[in-house]
Amino acid sequence: MAASLANETNAAGLRHDERVEKLKLFGLSAPALLIVFVVLVIPVGWLFYLSFLGADGTFSLENYTRMIDRKSYRRIFEMTFEVSVLTTALTILIGYPMAYFLAQLPNRLASVFMIAVLLPFWTSLLVRTYAWLVLLQKQGLINQWAIALGFWDEPIKMVHDLNGTLIGMVHIMLPFLILPTYGAMKSIDRDLMKAASNLGASPKHAFWTVFFPLTIPGLFAGALMVFILCLGFYVTPAVLGGGKVIMVSMKIVSNIEMFVNWGAASALGVVLLIMTMIILWIASKFLNLDRIAGGGH
Amino acid sequence: MPTLIVIPMSFSDSQYLEFPPQNWSFRWYEHYFGSDEWMLATRTSIKVAILTMVVATPVGVLAAYALHTAKIPIVRLAFVLLITPMMVPLVLVAVGAFYVYVKLNILYTVTGLVLAHTVLALPLVVIVVGSGFKTFDMAQENAARSLGAPRWKAFLTVTLPQIRFAVVTAALLSFLTSFDEVVVAMFISGGENPTLTRNMFNALRDQIDPTIASISTIMILITTLMMVLALVFGGKNKTE
Repeated sequence: MAASLANETNAAGLRHDERVEKLKLFGLSAPALLIVFVVLVIPVGWLFYLSFLGADGTFSLENYTRMIDRKSYRRIFEMTFEVSVLTTALTILIGYPMAYFLAQLPNRLASVFMIAVLLPFWTSLLVRTYAWLVLLQKQGLINQWAIALGFWDEPIKMVHDLNGTLIGMVHIMLPFLILPTYGAMKSIDRDLMKAASNLGASPKHAFWTVFFPLTIPGLFAGALMVFILCLGFYVTPAVLGGGKVIMVSMKIVSNIEMFVNWGAASALGVVLLIMTMIILWIASKFLNLDRIAGGGH
Repeated sequence: MPTLIVIPMSFSDSQYLEFPPQNWSFRWYEHYFGSDEWMLATRTSIKVAILTMVVATPVGVLAAYALHTAKIPIVRLAFVLLITPMMVPLVLVAVGAFYVYVKLNILYTVTGLVLAHTVLALPLVVIVVGSGFKTFDMAQENAARSLGAPRWKAFLTVTLPQIRFAVVTAALLSFLTSFDEVVVAMFISGGENPTLTRNMFNALRDQIDPTIASISTIMILITTLMMVLALVFGGKNKTE
């Protein structure tokens, strides 16, 4: 009797100690959480508040109604979606075969090619955008070669418009798609394909019914990441778009730099953030979001 | 690798970016190294990138350790909060930081830049180091503790050496995150502390200045160096 009572007290004490220890351990994440809180959560919360202030400093929805009423604002949202959808689609069309190619290579060779994929991933965004500016301009290399090879006669304009922006953005986004897709492809048991052909499936049939469905989670995660990054993209459209491609992020910047209109800029930012969150939320219904974060917790 | 085109171009003698260059010269490098403005920006960028690495790595490792070991429900929420900076549009981070930094009086300071870049680097550190912890058997740390080592000592002498590849990769990624970052720097760097990327971006918006080609070449070199370092010290631990 006395012994079991002591055991229970001990057990309760141990449970308490364990809780305290876990909380203490969790406390180690405090510095990181604090920094994120001060530099991200508070400022974004503040912008949220500003977005509901009108020009006269009182509560108003004018920053939001403006987005609905004005055609120019609607056009910007349409443009942002258009660029994001096109970039994502093109990235899938180019990236999926590339990932497939990488997955077929023997490991040693694959890691060499992987470096070729990762190097641009690590290279400055600005440098890559600049390279496209140089390549695509009228006297640029692509025009020179195309004329020399007889594809077209006159230098054509490929930059400072939508096409230039798309080319630059697809190039920048490719690694984000290739890495998760490649990961999914690598984790497929090769015997499955052999089994499929053993059962009489043509290579094409086996690919579409066995291989492709198994790569969808990776592909989807990559495409989602690309789409979300596109929605908020600034640098590449600003440099390669030549003023013809105006995305939400660029309108936010010009609202502040040119018009010093914090309310309008904040409201745009809030809408952009909410769109991103809705997309993530919908996506989370279909797949485990941890995949995007490289398999977190 | 279309990016590599900037390397030969940076050695061209011409005002215009022609390829292949007619005459070779170092004039754009001379222009870059001779310009006080570019040198100031380069110094700021390097300083901020190193400090970001120095701050984000330990803070991120601690957080990853906390998330890995404290098995309580709130961990999930903390993880989401820590990787949020990856999902929030950069422009919003930039505008928000700008607004708050004006109030805190840290606009255009190295402190402000390092703080903002640390936030951007933390998700990478937490993810990379977190996956490092997953491949590590915590029983080893517990064994060290049961033999009398205090937790911090067990961590430093048993755990850390075994996840060092992930930590080194995370540190290099933090450096690059800061060094390459444009949008946030555009807003909160300037005055006496402009970053290289900010100046490059402004120059790009105006005209195609071949000096940018020489700076780009140097940046590619730095990135490649970092990547080689990561491959050497990171061993087989890939960044993904």
